[in-house]
Amino acid sequence: MVPLSYYLVLSGILFACGVTGFLIKRNIITIFMSIELMLNGVNLSFVAFAAHWHVLAGQVFVFFVMVVAAAEAAVGLAIIIAVYRTRETLNVDQVNLLKL
Amino acid sequence: MTQNPYLWLIPTLPLAGAAINGFLGRRSSKTAVTTIALAFPGLAFALALWIALGFSSSAAPYVFNLAHWIRSGNFSVDFAFYLDQLSLVMLLVVTGVGFLIHVYSVGYMSDDPSYYRFFTYLNLFMFFMLTLILANNYLVMFIGWEGVGLASYLLIGFWFQKDSAASAGKKAFIVNRIGDFGFLIGLFLIIQHFGSLNFTEVFSKVEPLQAETSGAGLLTTIGILLMVGACGKSAQIPLYVWLPDAMEGPTPVSALIHAATMVTAGVYMVARSHVIFERAPIALTVVAIIGTLTALFAATIGITQTDIKKVLAYSTVSQLGYMFMACGVGAFSAGIFHLMTHAFFKGLLFLGAGSVIHAVGGEQDMRKMGGLKTYIPTTFATMLIATAAIAGIPPLAGFWSKDEILWKAYEANPIYWAIGAITAFITSFYMFRLLFMTFWGDYKGIQVDDHGHAHATHGHGEHGHGEPHESPMVMLVPLMVLALLSLVGGLVGIHNGFEHFLEPVFGGEFPAAVTEGHGNTELLLMGISVLFSLAGLFVAYVLYVSKPYLPQKIAASLGAFYEAVLNKYYVDEIYAKLFVKPLVDGSTAILWQGVDRKVIDDTVNNVADGAKHVSDEVRHMQSGNLRSYAGWIAAGAAVVIAYMVYLGVGR
Repeated sequence: MVPLSYYLVLSGILFACGVTGFLIKRNIITIFMSIELMLNGVNLSFVAFAAHWHVLAGQVFVFFVMVVAAAEAAVGLAIIIAVYRTRETLNVDQVNLLKL
Repeated sequence: MTQNPYLWLIPTLPLAGAAINGFLGRRSSKTAVTTIALAFPGLAFALALWIALGFSSSAAPYVFNLAHWIRSGNFSVDFAFYLDQLSLVMLLVVTGVGFLIHVYSVGYMSDDPSYYRFFTYLNLFMFFMLTLILANNYLVMFIGWEGVGLASYLLIGFWFQKDSAASAGKKAFIVNRIGDFGFLIGLFLIIQHFGSLNFTEVFSKVEPLQAETSGAGLLTTIGILLMVGACGKSAQIPLYVWLPDAMEGPTPVSALIHAATMVTAGVYMVARSHVIFERAPIALTVVAIIGTLTALFAATIGITQTDIKKVLAYSTVSQLGYMFMACGVGAFSAGIFHLMTHAFFKGLLFLGAGSVIHAVGGEQDMRKMGGLKTYIPTTFATMLIATAAIAGIPPLAGFWSKDEILWKAYEANPIYWAIGAITAFITSFYMFRLLFMTFWGDYKGIQVDDHGHAHATHGHGEHGHGEPHESPMVMLVPLMVLALLSLVGGLVGIHNGFEHFLEPVFGGEFPAAVTEGHGNTELLLMGISVLFSLAGLFVAYVLYVSKPYLPQKIAASLGAFYEAVLNKYYVDEIYAKLFVKPLVDGSTAILWQGVDRKVIDDTVNNVADGAKHVSDEVRHMQSGNLRSYAGWIAAGAAVVIAYMVYLGVGR
């Protein structure tokens, strides 16, 4: 049986990849995918703990996260399209109208 | 004590008039404004007469408790009204003379664009004055006291476009504040020591106290403080300076507020507090000395004034001095008697002066008048009666009351009498001077029309040219009624009738004067004062009718003294140097530049500046850059996790 720590390390690597991608990438689509990566990193640790402790709550939680992620993807992509239509760019550094 | 449920209506009626005209007057027609302005004070007068008819000299005071006002521990104050013989006299004078002056104003103010505003203020004044008179405690009296001050301020500054009128209003208000300060402190002392402000209660607690003959005590202090208040309101030394300036207001205002009613409020208040004053001989002496000095001082200034209203203003100050002299020697009823007759003849003099000013197109300088008796005979006749009355020529009103005061003053101290008699001579002189300068000789006004424009705001600008003309009937009828009152108003004083009427209020503390008053001495004194009056008349005739070149020679020979009197003894200038300038400078340097700008403004500004600086630094966090936000979130999360690991959460 694969020990718990393996899953957790993989989960950590996935999350760190997500954070790094989120911080260094300028394209909104890439940032968006980085968020999904972070969510899935967390999901992995949830199911790993659930299997390890034999508690179903972790498994159920993952479904919730997936639903939210799906909804977020729908809304997020809509926003991205709206942004692209007005700004004609997907570079977040140029989407800074809120700056003082 | 009898309950009288109609008492509260008397002050409230003029208030209703003021409210209606104040809120709706701008859009109503002039007729409607006139109707309301006259109807409500007229109704108040009718009601006052009706109440007076049911009130004989032996009647117990009428009271009416309108509402509770203050309840605080043992201390309580009610909105309550109180009518005894003293307030009844005041009530009839104020409503009666007040109503006549309202009627007169309809004619006098008819051309003024702010017609409705004038009557709003006038009715408001009536409300406060009646509140003052009918109060049953010092606090309700104080409402009226302050209220008439407000109405006086509004009406002095009625033509506020004129700078002089606006500042005269301010001066009156501020000088009155000084007096009110003394009055208030006096009231606080009364509350502290007698636990009430109700006249009946306070006086019943004061009555058993011993007179403070040996030294000044509580009652003396209270008395002097109340007198400070009276000095402010009734224009006595040292606070008289506002009254001559108050002549900037329309002439009916000068007649109503600054001659007949409001300025006598101080006399009324002292007379009302007679129980306190009678037990404080030192305070009474102060009252008498202030009154005597003011009478003489103001009369001498009156000699040199050339503005017809200014002469009357100083005359008012002087006559008020007489009233205080009477109160000061304990002859309160004589003071109130003079108050009443003075309201008749001085109201008449002012209204007559208004009629003269109206006739000559807004001119107030007597040197530019003269010869008016053929142009305006009715005004002349009524003015003649009033002048004779104030000069003390028998059997007119002023003779009786002035004689009464002088006799009482003689009994107290012949020095008061001597000064009073000299003042009577001066009064007679300057009043006949006014009469001769205005009505005798030749009219000098036609060639002088360069002053017409200066008075255009008076609403008389269109009369600036041509012959002097008589005023309309609406102005003449009040003159005639007041002339009649000045003729016969003094007769109520025969056989001490007036004094007997007021006896329930003032008591019979001075029986000697009542019973054996009319001895040979009094007749002698009476003769002397009549002689003095006639002498004043004669001197004025010589100087201003038969030898009109003399006054300038006399003035020249007096030199510096004449200059000083002409400039009102430089009192205004001295006050400006002594009090006004240090106050203004101190306020500018310390309060404005020091406290306001350095402390208050700088504190506020520094707080705001500090917030701005901090924000300037912090706002860089809010870059609008999505990735920097993400970086902050990540860094923050890292810090939180690191801290939790450090604490060992979950271990």
